Amino acid sequence: MSSLSPSKRLSSQTRLSLRSIGAQKVLSDVFAQTAADGAAVGFVLAHLPRDTGTILWAQDRLSEKEAGQPYMAGIGPERSVLRVNVSRPSDVLVAMEDALRCKAMTAVIGEIWGDPPSLDFTATKRLALRAEANGVPCWLIRRAGAPNLSAARNRWRVGSLPSAAHPHDPQAPGDPRWQVELFRSRYAQPGTWVVRYDRASDRLDFSAPHVDGAVEKDHGADRQRAAR
Amino acid sequence: MERTGNAPPDDLPVAMVAEGQHGPVIHDTNRAARLAGVRPGTRVTDTKAVLPDLQTEYADIAGDIQMMERLVFWVRRWCPWSVQDGPNGLVLDTTGSDHLWGGEAAMLADMEAAFSALGLTAQIAMAPTWGAAWALARYGTARSICLEGQIEQTLAPLCVDALRLNNGTVLLLRRLGLKTIGALADIPRLSLTRRFVKAQLYDNPVLRLDQATGRIAEPVSSPDAAPAFRAYARLPEPIMDPTPFMPDLCHDLCTQMEEQGYGCRTLCLTVYHTDGDTHRIDVAMSVHSRDPDHLLYLFRDKLDAINPGYGFDLITLEAGATEQMEVVQTRLEGGADEAVDLSRLVDRLTARFGTRAVSRPALRQSHVPERAQRWVTAMAEASVNVEAVAPERPIGLLYTPEEVRVLYAVPKGPPVQFIWRRQTHKVTRYAGPERIAPEWWHDKPGTRLRDYFKVEDHVGRRFWLYREGLHGDGRGGDPRWFVHGMFA
Repeated sequence: MSSLSPSKRLSSQTRLSLRSIGAQKVLSDVFAQTAADGAAVGFVLAHLPRDTGTILWAQDRLSEKEAGQPYMAGIGPERSVLRVNVSRPSDVLVAMEDALRCKAMTAVIGEIWGDPPSLDFTATKRLALRAEANGVPCWLIRRAGAPNLSAARNRWRVGSLPSAAHPHDPQAPGDPRWQVELFRSRYAQPGTWVVRYDRASDRLDFSAPHVDGAVEKDHGADRQRAAR
Repeated sequence: MERTGNAPPDDLPVAMVAEGQHGPVIHDTNRAARLAGVRPGTRVTDTKAVLPDLQTEYADIAGDIQMMERLVFWVRRWCPWSVQDGPNGLVLDTTGSDHLWGGEAAMLADMEAAFSALGLTAQIAMAPTWGAAWALARYGTARSICLEGQIEQTLAPLCVDALRLNNGTVLLLRRLGLKTIGALADIPRLSLTRRFVKAQLYDNPVLRLDQATGRIAEPVSSPDAAPAFRAYARLPEPIMDPTPFMPDLCHDLCTQMEEQGYGCRTLCLTVYHTDGDTHRIDVAMSVHSRDPDHLLYLFRDKLDAINPGYGFDLITLEAGATEQMEVVQTRLEGGADEAVDLSRLVDRLTARFGTRAVSRPALRQSHVPERAQRWVTAMAEASVNVEAVAPERPIGLLYTPEEVRVLYAVPKGPPVQFIWRRQTHKVTRYAGPERIAPEWWHDKPGTRLRDYFKVEDHVGRRFWLYREGLHGDGRGGDPRWFVHGMFA
């Protein structure tokens, strides 16, 4: 392994600050690598506090159909969610903007399918400025969309990776792991990481990806394949 | 006919006609025809033989009924409490409203002018009781006003028809020689009561007399409760757009509520059209409020829905579901309350997208996943029933489970390969099964049990997969597989 990738260097230097990128109260957009994947939502939820305040969750009709509606038993029944389900993406943007005006919100999450014409640079700029003015973190989850021009301060791309080993059951999936790429950011250098979400302690562990393709120690998938 | 503009002159006898059992019969007449002896209910052919120059026109009975139903609400421009009385009457409870119009006489004159502007002839009277007002409007002088304590004197010269009795009873009273209400009232009460002891209200002159004089209460039950707070803009000319008047109306209403320490949860904006129509817009709030800016915001996109027609000349804004509201200062420096902020957001979103679009989760005790969580409207009170769910659950749930095609099934555990949404997924790891039996007290008989698995595919996507039923459970064919949710 002659050349360390820039992301690897960055990750070792700024391991702590990586978590604080996501905790900033700005507009971030998250692209789901595949449409029907819980990774993007899981990544966003991992950044939000569990027990205080209300989250506004706006979905357009296609997102709800394709990716499902939020399920409190999995998200955490102690969280307070206000859900807005509307048919048009432009209505999602209106609801998000309205909610960002309200300082009592813990976070505003919007899910938009595809590349609607209403989601242009101006619309994202409005969201970004309002989120910064009121100090409410705003997450825009994009599915089946292209990363067009956007005023989002952090832009992530999130996909699933085989999960970490289950502590008690070798054939069961354990803590979720995601391939997370920060491809544009105002506050940090872009890079790619493997993120493991530790459910027990509710924290995210960023680590560098295995660039040379070596099999990770706790990669349980192959063992399982052999066992069957 | 006058409304359509082709009314004949008043001195020509005109009759409205309806189809009867044996050909057309007279439905109603104008004054000239009534003086000429035309009575409702007689056949048109008979009447024409007596009065050859009688003009006839078919009556629009269904249209009249609709018109009356609209007029009930239209007359609330004068007072907040009105109800329809029979096929051609309206009762208004004007208690406390007359001073707004400059006294009772001025109010009656204004009513008559407004009705004649609609092309309707109204006989109006004012009395302390419903019965007395009914009698005076139909059998008294025009715009007669009966004061408190003078009911008996005012009603005495009227004929007994004015007591709202059936025709048979009226005929009986006439035959007894009791032609006026005064004559009836002079009879000793005991003998009258004994004579009509078994009669129903509609045949009982004693009860009717008591109602007219106020000895028996006869309240007006209005279709809606009267609003306690009301602001209105009365306009000299009909206008098409209420928007410029809204800030003043909201401000006025909020000032009224603030003086008495009230807040409202519903608002009703009503515009009164010049052609006798009304249009109302309702908005609701999740908590009590009396902030004019907030109330105004809720009407923002709704005013376009008003069809102006020929314009409207009166706009009222009424506050409903009012309740005592205390101003609470939560912070020392006097900042805004966060809970109020949140409830306002709910109001704004609901006013814009509708009650169904804005919701909160309500968790219930059930093992069936789709039954454990229900979405209730955010306007309702938030229910706090947080319970810990022991097994792991997905973060996203599909509204309807989607069936997958199994490519490679194994006898135990989930399928090794399946196709969902035209993509092949190879299962590398799984956890489960978790068996959820149907709830017999909810489900139809024959509902199959479900075995849930958390599976992870070759890419790392984690799904919640279930098998519906078992082989040979006697409830259908082979078990089918469904995707129900996604894990993080």
